[in-house]
Amino acid sequence: MALQDKYKQLTDAASAAGISDLIVREQDGILYIDGTAPSGAIKDQLWDIYNSIDPNFSSGDLILNVNVSIDASVTKVKVVTENSNLNIRKGPGTDQPIVGKAAHGEVITLVNRSNEQWWLVRTKDNEEGYCYAQYLSPEA
Amino acid sequence: MKIIKSLALMALITSTFFIGCKPKDADIKIAVEKSISALPNLTGTTVDVKDGIVTLTGQLKDDNAKGLAETTTKAVKGVKSVVNNLSITTPVLVAVDDLLTKAVNDAVKDYPTVVANVKDGIISLTGKIKKEALPKLMMAISALKPKKINNQLTTN
Repeated sequence: MALQDKYKQLTDAASAAGISDLIVREQDGILYIDGTAPSGAIKDQLWDIYNSIDPNFSSGDLILNVNVSIDASVTKVKVVTENSNLNIRKGPGTDQPIVGKAAHGEVITLVNRSNEQWWLVRTKDNEEGYCYAQYLSPEA
Repeated sequence: MKIIKSLALMALITSTFFIGCKPKDADIKIAVEKSISALPNLTGTTVDVKDGIVTLTGQLKDDNAKGLAETTTKAVKGVKSVVNNLSITTPVLVAVDDLLTKAVNDAVKDYPTVVANVKDGIISLTGKIKKEALPKLMMAISALKPKKINNQLTTN
């Protein structure tokens, strides 16, 4: 119960921000918060609260797993790397061969998101392969 | 005189009726909470009482616990009925080490100063990271279904 109190501000904010399928569970001394955020801004806001309660996330007593909901109609994604090109790989994993590159800021076609971490994409040159989803931002 | 007397009597009866009714729900709540707290697998149950009707909310481990909470509550004196709004929590699923290791390696690939280790579902992070990059890395790793993240990264 003490953990739920520690992160009460976070769970309250998650409920207030309209996180869908919100599940808060405590198991073996770790609090697990799962859910889907309506936007990336809401997800960032929750992580800011987490960082303020537990500076630098060093306590190891919370797993905050909030996805951002993406409309099924989204077919374009923008490459949001820091400044480098993004590798496109044959399969979902960094152990997979690189089959192409997408430029920083380029908008490419999203083929499917069946793997949460690795999205299947297609470039304008019709190169198809998997990119790390963290570096892809859905275009409205 | 007779009318005044009976009026006074009525007032007395009404007032005792109302005064007598209010703390009753509070007493029932205390009694139910006491019975429930005696059973460890019912931890997480919240009790509300209105007019003798008890509403149970919260999350419990399984259907047995949910049923037990209801029968325990029904056995408390003064309880008219029970509204069982308890839900069941499914246990947290942790990814197996092989899959977790692969996914963690993918996530830390672009942070050459970060070292990640996986054992029994626990991800340990050591090394250095830029302060502004830490939340991004933590977000990516938290989505991989680890049991725990042991973050010992120093920020610069």
